[in-house]
Amino acid sequence: MAVSEQSRTGNAGIGFSAIPDDARPLAIEARGLVKSFDGTRAVDGVDISVPEGAIYGVLGPNGAGKTTTLRMLLGIIDPDEGVRRVFGHDRPHDIGRLIGYLPEERGLYPSMKCVEAIAFMGALRGLPLKEGRKRAVELLERHGLGYAAERQIRQLSKGMAQTVQLLGTLVHRPRLVVLDEPFSGLDAINQGKLELMIRALADDGVTVIFSTHVIHHAERLCEGVAIIAGGKVPYAGSVEAARDRIPAQVRLETRAREGAWLAFLPPETRRNGDFFQFALPETGIEPLLKGLIEGEAGILSLSIERAGLHDAFVAIAGEAAARQLEADAAEGRA
Amino acid sequence: MSLDQTIRPRLSALEAAWVIARRDFVAVLFSRAFLFFLLGPLFPVVVGGLAGAIGGEVQREAVSVEIGLAMSPDDNAAMLAAGKRLAPQLGGALPRLREVPEAAGDPAFDARAFMEARRGNYAGILTGTLAAPELVGTEGQLRRWQGPVGLLAGHATSAEPTTFPDVASAVVTTSAAAERSSRIQTAQVAQMLLFLLTMLLAGMVLSNLVEEKANKIIEILAAAIPMDAVFMGKLFAMLAVSFVGIGVWGLAAYGFWTIGSDAITAASGFDIARLPAPAVGWPLFLVLGIVYFAMAYLLLGALFLTIGAMANTVREVQTLSMPVTMMQLMVFFLAAYVIKQPGSGLELAAIAFPLSSPFAMLARAAMEPELWTHALALAWQALAVLALVKGGSLLFRKRVMKSGGAGRVRKSWFARRSAGAAEPAE
Repeated sequence: MAVSEQSRTGNAGIGFSAIPDDARPLAIEARGLVKSFDGTRAVDGVDISVPEGAIYGVLGPNGAGKTTTLRMLLGIIDPDEGVRRVFGHDRPHDIGRLIGYLPEERGLYPSMKCVEAIAFMGALRGLPLKEGRKRAVELLERHGLGYAAERQIRQLSKGMAQTVQLLGTLVHRPRLVVLDEPFSGLDAINQGKLELMIRALADDGVTVIFSTHVIHHAERLCEGVAIIAGGKVPYAGSVEAARDRIPAQVRLETRAREGAWLAFLPPETRRNGDFFQFALPETGIEPLLKGLIEGEAGILSLSIERAGLHDAFVAIAGEAAARQLEADAAEGRA
Repeated sequence: MSLDQTIRPRLSALEAAWVIARRDFVAVLFSRAFLFFLLGPLFPVVVGGLAGAIGGEVQREAVSVEIGLAMSPDDNAAMLAAGKRLAPQLGGALPRLREVPEAAGDPAFDARAFMEARRGNYAGILTGTLAAPELVGTEGQLRRWQGPVGLLAGHATSAEPTTFPDVASAVVTTSAAAERSSRIQTAQVAQMLLFLLTMLLAGMVLSNLVEEKANKIIEILAAAIPMDAVFMGKLFAMLAVSFVGIGVWGLAAYGFWTIGSDAITAASGFDIARLPAPAVGWPLFLVLGIVYFAMAYLLLGALFLTIGAMANTVREVQTLSMPVTMMQLMVFFLAAYVIKQPGSGLELAAIAFPLSSPFAMLARAAMEPELWTHALALAWQALAVLALVKGGSLLFRKRVMKSGGAGRVRKSWFARRSAGAAEPAE
């Protein structure tokens, strides 16, 4: 069973929360989700909790179990074990109108016109077709695709088709948007547009949960993340808390090479050229500074850098998972 | 964030099925392939008609019913005149008569040698005189035409009798046994029609989920609505498409019938207008025919949809179509076999087995006047449709979507938490 931050912090309120001291109700709560395919455990006891209005990332390399977890959360597949709740309902289809879902493998009817495709996706969520068509035109106009409204999907480029599908995911104005690898296959400009769109959704109070193997997207957008590796969630909580798991790194440059001040450096200090590198001591920087000054080390530069999400991922999921994540991200970019 | 007020509350299963059905119906109906589909049945009809016409012509030329006349010119003329006189009364019972050109003005004409030389195309050649005619021909032809030729020669010799009275006709009602026997024909025709239509149309359902699977749309559908609603929607969409097809073919058939009913009857040797009235009467029989077609379609369709849903490619669907067609045939044979065994255990079995039930019940509508049995059978068939759809969607979720069973800890966990769980602020 994963040790999630909420269980560590003993967060109050409605059960499990991804964000410490978060009193918001949960959009998603899952506990002990297990899913096996042909005897192999794809997901092995996943706990995830996402408060309403949050942008939440599910981070992990390919095959880690991200998509399977999302599919279980959405009710596309049922878990072998465990529980899931979306807005308090254990049957996500019962509140289908509140949810928008963009699957990893994009799918649209090639012969459908853009407007019809978006309206159809809205109709699946209960939006009347007429209203869906109207909104589809508006959305397409707003995203610079108004000229393609009457074009068939098969006539669109891959990026345009992806945008159309994303608009179809949002046309019924859901309260929870689940995006599976939404940045995959998009160029840098469209990735930026998508980031803006996700932020705008969150500003409107929409809960956004997305899976990715690109740490930077999660780091830039998310307030909470679940790190998945090997079907397990070794960490679920805020991005800040994940970064806090790794002590800040001190980088020191001195004029003097030897002296009594060296005794003040932590034992695990690494020397890298003219620089000393070590984790910020638990006692803080002040005692160290005092020793360096009194020992006449001659401080040329000293920086304290907070660990990034990548460092946290390495520390939490392991070096191998991090390497795979980077490889997947590179593949996705290609 | 306030909830969108224009959006309806959660879609019911029927509403969800309607969304799917509407999309599929429009997509199929406005595709180019559907036009070819509509024209499809016309090809065998046209080819069959052409082949029949050619074959008939060939047969007419090959099997001659012409008797050559090789008598004196006066006798020949008298025979031809007698043939003309009798034709209105006896019609096809008389051979056509034609003078043999080779015999004209040749007193030494040898009819036997002529026939043995396989010259001309005569069933026989008549020589001699009117008083003592001699028909030359093969044994079979002689047996067939000896009498009529004698009759013609008699009338050619004497004017007696020269007129024939019109024979009045009076139809008597048939016996009960004869009525049942004749209604079997109606039952068989109706069953055959039902079988042909379901075979022609239900096969379309086989490949119905391939597009969704190939284009990954199934994931979006499965996330939004229950899978049985997807199945139901697809099934009813294809049923509606089938009705459009039947409507178009029906109109075309009616048009053909209006233009050339005589030719069609003559060519097919079957006069649909003379089909015995079914026991429940024609109007109700037609209504039952439509309803049983819908049931047969939905039952077979639900099965085909499930089978087809397991396939990943069109190639796999094609491979599956052969056993599926065989299965359809088996069902049809079972229903056809029990027509002549009303009330037997086998008939009841055919009625109870959902897939053959519509066929067996339609035959029953032709044979028996009771209606309550149809109400019962239709309820049973509808139940079977629901069960097949539910089972099919469940199998699809398990086998294709790889969905497992419910979580084991769900009850205990939610039992503890349900009291405190907050409903979303809608």
